[in-house]
Amino acid sequence: MNRSVAAMLLGLAATGLASAIAAEDVTSLRGRAVTDESDPAVNKPTVAVPGGFALGWEKQPPMIPHPIDKYSIDLRQNGCLKCHSPATFEIAKAPKVGDSHFFDRDGVKLDHLAPRRYFCTQCHAPQTGAIPLVENVFEGR
Amino acid sequence: MSDQSKTSAPKPRARRVTWLILSAGILIGILFWGGFNTAMEATNTEQFCISCHEMKVNVYQEYTDTIHYTNRTGVRATCPDCHVPKDWVHKIVRKIQASNELYHHFKGDVDTPEKFEAQRIRLAQNVWRTMKATDSRECRNCHDFESMNYNKQESRSSQSHQDAEDAGLTCIDCHKGIAHQLPMEYDPEQDAPGQSIFYSVRD
Ligand code: HEC
Ligand code: HEC
Ligand code: HEC
Ligand code: HEC
Ligand code: HEC
Repeated sequence: MNRSVAAMLLGLAATGLASAIAAEDVTSLRGRAVTDESDPAVNKPTVAVPGGFALGWEKQPPMIPHPIDKYSIDLRQNGCLKCHSPATFEIAKAPKVGDSHFFDRDGVKLDHLAPRRYFCTQCHAPQTGAIPLVENVFEGR
Repeated sequence: MSDQSKTSAPKPRARRVTWLILSAGILIGILFWGGFNTAMEATNTEQFCISCHEMKVNVYQEYTDTIHYTNRTGVRATCPDCHVPKDWVHKIVRKIQASNELYHHFKGDVDTPEKFEAQRIRLAQNVWRTMKATDSRECRNCHDFESMNYNKQESRSSQSHQDAEDAGLTCIDCHKGIAHQLPMEYDPEQDAPGQSIFYSVRD
């Protein structure tokens, strides 16, 4: 009896806590809720940087030096492969996806893109040229 | 004297009848022509295109997410801008083809999103083949390589566009899926400009 009351109270406290820290209440450094889509910073156009960005460290996924809003990555197809696949990169004059993208987690080489590399933007991000809000003290290489 | 005038000039009455028939003919002609063109214009609006729900729930919905629907300058490309030729002869030909589409509409061949998706690759390929054959004529009504300021384009764009004409490529070779979602069967890896497999008929 005592135990179930305690469990109930704990559950109640947890839901209270969860709603208290619901995403709407979390403000970012920019001073707006992170879910606020009217935030101008969220709608900044992405930039094109010919030649690409310098890497900060070895094996860093390079940042994407061009806008990507036109390309979809979904169940139907991965638009990035129109230019970055081994079959197309020469014609598109684009860098081929890294060789590492063809290995599964056990180090076995596949003859197609590894499924875990399908969602490119998980690792590669386009840039907007926004002014950093905090100083970056990372030394790089 | 009076005989001569009988043969040379027609009777005033006959002349009046001729005039009447002639002007009635012209009037009917104008009415028909006007009505015909009005009908042509009425069926050449975005409102007409999406009055059938096959278009409204599928391709229209997708198009509203794209740059041809909303952009910085507010210049818009509507369905007929891309899908109906501007000049008269090609326009009539396209309108006659459209009667076949009406037939499929009333038969209900694409009346659910699932049925539409199943047909999408075939429909899309029809458009791609046409645009390839016309050298993307409808795109060129608005866009023109000559007027592009390559300094203002992204380097990827300007390089491709400068190479394109020498390589015999046209807009649709590189810009599939600019207004709608691409079909499930479309594979970007097999659509490298100049080596696309998507212009030939599949079975
Ligand atoms: C229309 C062709 C095209 C498409 C589509 C495309 N890219 Fe690119 N991408 C390029 C080109 C060309 C470059 C090289 C740009 C340069 O260096 O100036 C590049 C560069 C990159 C780089 C930088 C590589 C490096 O070594 O610095 C990354 C990362 C990248 N793209 C990721 C993507 C992702 C992710 C997508 C899909 C969301 C995508 N690209 C879609 C053409 C394309
Ligand atoms: C799990 C993270 C991850 C995913 C997902 C991923 N990449 Fe990468 N990518 C990397 C890393 C790390 C590197 C740098 C090291 C290397 O080449 O493997 C890289 C390198 C690259 C390069 C540069 C290769 C070179 O030789 O300079 C390109 C281009 C690229 N990726 C494109 C893509 C594309 C396109 C996709 C989606 C199909 C994708 N990546 C998915 C992590 C990822
Ligand atoms: C009625 C005129 C019109 C027609 C027809 C038209 N476009 Fe456009 N296109 C525009 C306008 C306007 C823009 C947006 C310009 C802007 O504001 O940046 C645009 C933008 C584009 C862009 C840039 C996309 C982006 O995200 O930057 C591409 C690519 C494009 N059009 C390709 C095509 C192709 C391919 C066709 C033929 C199938 C076509 N257009 C037909 C008017 C047209
Ligand atoms: C050889 C391939 C190729 C051909 C042919 C081609 N384009 Fe492009 N175009 C590109 C690439 C690559 C880009 C940049 C990446 C993207 O938009 O996906 C681009 C970008 C654009 C843009 C946006 C420009 C910018 O930088 O903002 C417009 C507009 C455009 N194309 C219109 C057209 C029109 C209209 C035609 C036909 C007259 C055409 N393109 C033919 C490859 C091509
Ligand atoms: C900017 C040009 C453009 C505009 C605007 C446009 N389309 Fe399309 N449409 C295309 C192209 C290109 C294709 C070929 C398939 C593809 O590349 O996505 C196509 C394909 C289609 C198809 C075949 C099915 C499919 O998804 O491929 C239908 C149906 C269609 N369009 C209807 C419409 C309707 C209705 C509108 C107006 C709401 C419209 N289109 C506006 C360019 C355009």
